[in-house]
Amino acid sequence: MKPILFLLLGSAGIFASEALTGAVEKQALNMSAIIMFLIFVGATLGITYWAAKRTKTAKDFYTAGGGITGFQNGMAIAGDYMSAASFLGISALVYGKGYDGLIYSIGFLVGWPIILFMVAEQLRNLGKYTFADVASYRLRQTPIRTLAAFGSILTVILYLIAQMVGAGKLIQLLFGLDYEIAVVLVGVLMILYVTFGGMLATTWVQIIKAFLLLSGATFMAIAVMAHYNFNFETLFATAVQMKDVSIMAPGKLVSDPISAISLGIALMFGTAGLPHILMRFFTVSDAKEARKSVFYATGFIGYFYILTFIIGFGAIVMVFQNPQYLDLAKQAVDGGSPILGGDNMAAIHLSHAVGGDFFLGFISAVAFATILAVVSGLTLAGASAISHDIYASVLRKGKADGMMEMKVSKVATVILGIVAIYLGIAFEAQNIAFMVGLAFAIAASANFPILFLSMYWSKLTTRGALLGGSLGLLTAAVLVVLGPTVWVDFLGHAEAIFPYKYPALFSVSAAFIGIWFFSITDKSDTAAKEREAFEAQYIRAQTGIGAEGAVEH
Amino acid sequence: MKQEMVDRIKNDPDFIQLVTVRTKFAWTLTIVMLVIYFGFVLTIAFDPSILGTPLSAGSVTTVGIPVGVTVIISAFLLTGIYVRRANGEFDELTRRIKAKAKGE
Repeated sequence: MKPILFLLLGSAGIFASEALTGAVEKQALNMSAIIMFLIFVGATLGITYWAAKRTKTAKDFYTAGGGITGFQNGMAIAGDYMSAASFLGISALVYGKGYDGLIYSIGFLVGWPIILFMVAEQLRNLGKYTFADVASYRLRQTPIRTLAAFGSILTVILYLIAQMVGAGKLIQLLFGLDYEIAVVLVGVLMILYVTFGGMLATTWVQIIKAFLLLSGATFMAIAVMAHYNFNFETLFATAVQMKDVSIMAPGKLVSDPISAISLGIALMFGTAGLPHILMRFFTVSDAKEARKSVFYATGFIGYFYILTFIIGFGAIVMVFQNPQYLDLAKQAVDGGSPILGGDNMAAIHLSHAVGGDFFLGFISAVAFATILAVVSGLTLAGASAISHDIYASVLRKGKADGMMEMKVSKVATVILGIVAIYLGIAFEAQNIAFMVGLAFAIAASANFPILFLSMYWSKLTTRGALLGGSLGLLTAAVLVVLGPTVWVDFLGHAEAIFPYKYPALFSVSAAFIGIWFFSITDKSDTAAKEREAFEAQYIRAQTGIGAEGAVEH
Repeated sequence: MKQEMVDRIKNDPDFIQLVTVRTKFAWTLTIVMLVIYFGFVLTIAFDPSILGTPLSAGSVTTVGIPVGVTVIISAFLLTGIYVRRANGEFDELTRRIKAKAKGE
């Protein structure tokens, strides 16, 4: 009885490695991994206790009091981005397809410089707790907040389902726990971190996990390279002998120009529209720290992707065809050289190959910790959209009491946690590979265009943002449903109605054109006032004068 | 922010300089990043064999490896270039604008 974890990369496309999916069978209890994980949980609950004592106001809860440094925030952002699925998924992709894994990771990195050049400082200067603060800065609160909160919550939930299902399967595989227990455990711990420790605890859990993950991955990459005297040519030559020469060149990941451009847009603008990432910019004191965060985050993420590339090749030479990791039962049926647990386990087996049982336990515990940290960040972002945007700004018209607002966000956290547990269990047997792609498509097509134009385009009006943003959101959702990932892979139809896997090129264009058209044709008095208000907003965005929590000079 | 202050800052030569120079700089770096990334991806879409060429005769390592790593490093370097200039020149301008907005 061997565990099987399929990575559905075929037609599910690039985002599939962000969502671990497929059937899995429970592994025997892994004691060293469980002990190390318990140490991590103990330490992070200690941090949560410490953070809880420092989390007194809504500002503390949402933004850790605005006192996180650029370096710490860079680490936390990198932590948000380096999910367990991306660690295991990218190394599995490199392990399976070689060079295509590098193409994949590059796409996820290049959004960061754009975020720095275009939105990071402006976001810090204009916003308080959520990106909707910025989007609705000079527009009508109720419609724009509602739309932005809707976009945020949708993005968060889609992402959360993918993480929860991945978590359940991974933990089942690594620790030998039941799927339901694993999902409930993740949900409960995340609720504890977020409700008691707020952003401060979430940030430190993220920093610790990012540090552990980077250290573990560095050790693995160095151990692999040491076998080959730090000579890449020797490593690659050995890998090519094991597989074939095709792993050194681009394969089928990016095939036609439309898909290539559309994917690039989804990754770049999607990253710049993810609410849990955008929220991180409010945890630093000013624009200077905000920009330093992106610099460090880009460095850590880029470094991490180079490591996963080496780890993937390391797995080819040390795990592939290694009888120790061979899935004999599966080989008897399908032939080839399948490894235990499927390709997603390549990095995990490699950790055993280079560091024995102890290091295998360490990497397994880090993978679990990674899931916990990522779901905590997501849940906090979702809860903020509910409490700050919907409750405080829309329902109470900005007159909510800070303590009450914080209470609402804690209740929202618990509810989101329960919803995540429920959906995690409900989607266990589903192919959820499309969900991360859909989350990115919505972030790129609804959140980002509104945010970007509100910062830079003086003629933007509420009507334009509302109609154009909704158009982008709907187009993205409809095209994903009609495209190959849902229509064929999820719903089982023979042929997709919309031929492309990544709709961003079309849905982002629809959003920008929609916003432009419905803004310029808006002749109302409020529209005129909104245009007039741009100047003051622009000055604050550029200089930080009047910014929330900014350091006064 | 009061309209009077808006007008004053808007016409402050330091503000005008900050906005023009930074906007131009940020867009230039953005375009550099877009050209690098889409150049890379479109090369793969149109002619993947370019990146599959061995670095030298007989080597296994292909052109794609250093190119890919260069794209990663360039993303990091571009953020570094921006942060370096922003932390010095742009922050100094911002400091002067703020001082004038408060002082006068």
